[in-house]
Amino acid sequence: MAAHEMYFADDKARKAYMTKKILSNVFVYLFLSIFALFLIAPFILMIIGTFVNADNFENFKNYAEFKELGFANWGFSNFAKVFNSKFENPITGEIMESKGNNFGVFFLNTLIVAVGSTTVTVVTAVLAAFAFARLQFKGKDALFALLLATMMIPGEMMVITNYMTVRMIGWMNTFAALILVHGVSVFYVFYLRQTFQQIPNELYLAAKVDGVSDLGYLWKVMIPIAMPTITTIIILSMMGSWNSFVWPNLVAPGNWMDKKDGHSMMLVSNGLRALFSQGKTLDAVKLAGSMVISIPLFIVFIVFRKYIMRGVSRSGIKG
Amino acid sequence: MAAMENTLKGTEVVMDPVKAKLISKRKLIQLPQWAVAWLVLIPALIFITMFMLYPIINTFLYAFIQDFSYVPGGGSFALGQFFAGLNNELFDSVRFGLSNFAEVLDRPDFIASIGNTSILVLVEVPLTIIVSLLIATFLNSIKVLKGFYQTVFFLPYVTNTIALGLVFNLAFNKTPGGLINIMLMNVFGVKDPINWLSSTAYTEGAGLSTKFTQGVVIVLYSLWNGIAFKILVFMSGLATIDSQYYNAAKIDGASNFTIWRRITLPLLSPQILYITITSFIGAFKMYSGVMAVYQGAESTGAYFFGTVAGKDGSIEPENIGMAWIPVVGWIYKELESNYKAPGVASAASLILLGIIMVITAVQFAVSKKRVHY
Repeated sequence: MAAHEMYFADDKARKAYMTKKILSNVFVYLFLSIFALFLIAPFILMIIGTFVNADNFENFKNYAEFKELGFANWGFSNFAKVFNSKFENPITGEIMESKGNNFGVFFLNTLIVAVGSTTVTVVTAVLAAFAFARLQFKGKDALFALLLATMMIPGEMMVITNYMTVRMIGWMNTFAALILVHGVSVFYVFYLRQTFQQIPNELYLAAKVDGVSDLGYLWKVMIPIAMPTITTIIILSMMGSWNSFVWPNLVAPGNWMDKKDGHSMMLVSNGLRALFSQGKTLDAVKLAGSMVISIPLFIVFIVFRKYIMRGVSRSGIKG
Repeated sequence: MAAMENTLKGTEVVMDPVKAKLISKRKLIQLPQWAVAWLVLIPALIFITMFMLYPIINTFLYAFIQDFSYVPGGGSFALGQFFAGLNNELFDSVRFGLSNFAEVLDRPDFIASIGNTSILVLVEVPLTIIVSLLIATFLNSIKVLKGFYQTVFFLPYVTNTIALGLVFNLAFNKTPGGLINIMLMNVFGVKDPINWLSSTAYTEGAGLSTKFTQGVVIVLYSLWNGIAFKILVFMSGLATIDSQYYNAAKIDGASNFTIWRRITLPLLSPQILYITITSFIGAFKMYSGVMAVYQGAESTGAYFFGTVAGKDGSIEPENIGMAWIPVVGWIYKELESNYKAPGVASAASLILLGIIMVITAVQFAVSKKRVHY
């Protein structure tokens, strides 16, 4: 209720109310701003680290030194250093050229895994959701309950056997292990099924009368109508692959020092950790590496903000 | 084409015989619904069976095979291991039992990891929920800059946990050049830089990190990482509350805090319950967030609690290393380490599952009285 809609006994009461309101507003904005600053601070540090002079950034002790040293000869050179394929072996100290084990390779790996696993996930989810939303068959409810039950079990339990399976069938350090093991997401099946169920029955009957097959109906009617949901799934799945760390860390744990010729199967998160956690990498280059990983996410966020926020509020999956 | 056929439907009598035959043939090819259903379910079912159902059953088997040891050639299937064991003289005593659980509970580092996780969960979950609840309430009450703040508060959600963990690590860890230490020393007048995370002292003045300083960084990072989603959920809950309630309360002269306490909280209780339960479950399974903060600790050998291997392989127990290894971290490390791993790791994961189920059940029981749907 706005102040002008309210009635006060006298001017004093109005004044007291207004003062209280202004004070509480100041408090609210102060609180929000402090936390906003806390949330933005790492990004600011990342941006600074990306552009400063990497060699000088290391040893400053106060703000003045930092300003003087860090911003002498600042520029984009840290990006080039991120993609550099020359590394110093932290134990022997020798400079090694590693063609198959640099950030470019990790980027390409991640792109392949993201596209591959998103394709597999979306295809399986669309088909399964179609069966559950539209078709009648024996055992449908039981099967659906079974799927629901698997959602309750923590993924860590599956990881143990999956890791053994991957080792047993020789999928360690392969795209197959990174893409296929998470080839179906039960949550996406549920999410899509809900959308599919909202499509009116009459459309299906009309299509049937026209002699359109079930799969034809899925392709020509349901998928176009459910496209916003499918887009959300594609974006969340892509972001999930881009950010995945735990599973790739187990099944594609390439150590760059062991591999001189073959190319690493690490994804960006693991690569960042493996390459830049070595003490010898300059801090500014580490920050630039974080920036390189974050930029694609920011672009996707800016372009698809609507889809992402809708999908996230439904799923709670860390994108 | 479809439309044309539709008009033909009613006039089938006058349709030329060739066309009629074609249509009836197409009808014949069409599979019954149940067949189509199972056909389209095949891809999903293959993946679910292989990588979800089978692993769940198998993990139980791993956990309950007495003295589980991996037998080469036995495959990943626990019973395959079992039978391979039966045929092998060395393993002729394979049977079911609780030895894996006994071994897990006998390991001090596992007990420590349960303690670590519990402390972090108990600090981090209430803190994150309270902060995001406050932010959501405040965000809901303002008009100017609302969209801007909403976007800012959602930003941490679309970031890479490892990449931003590295940023936190650098901000805190570099002594004395880290952002936080610079601030503490130049703005707040702290004398010596604090060694927040590192198990080695690389500058004079900065001592070794303690479990407390490491914990502070981990909690701050999980707060940073965790509030975005909670704010989003609380905001969508607040949007559904009818403003009439607020107006009525204001007319009755209720203070802002009373309104928040008596109207907002009860009406938001379903969202609060949902967030509390998912946060507790998620926090008990914490892994990446903790690992991300400890960038590079493995490369110095500082993996396990309280011990750091020196370059000559000696153990220096005074160094603290990664003091906050969570349960899931313990499971994964175990899984990669030795031949007994699957059994022990499975037993540990079942214990984790048990803890999570008990906590969830308790929360549901408590919430029955307090949640208003």
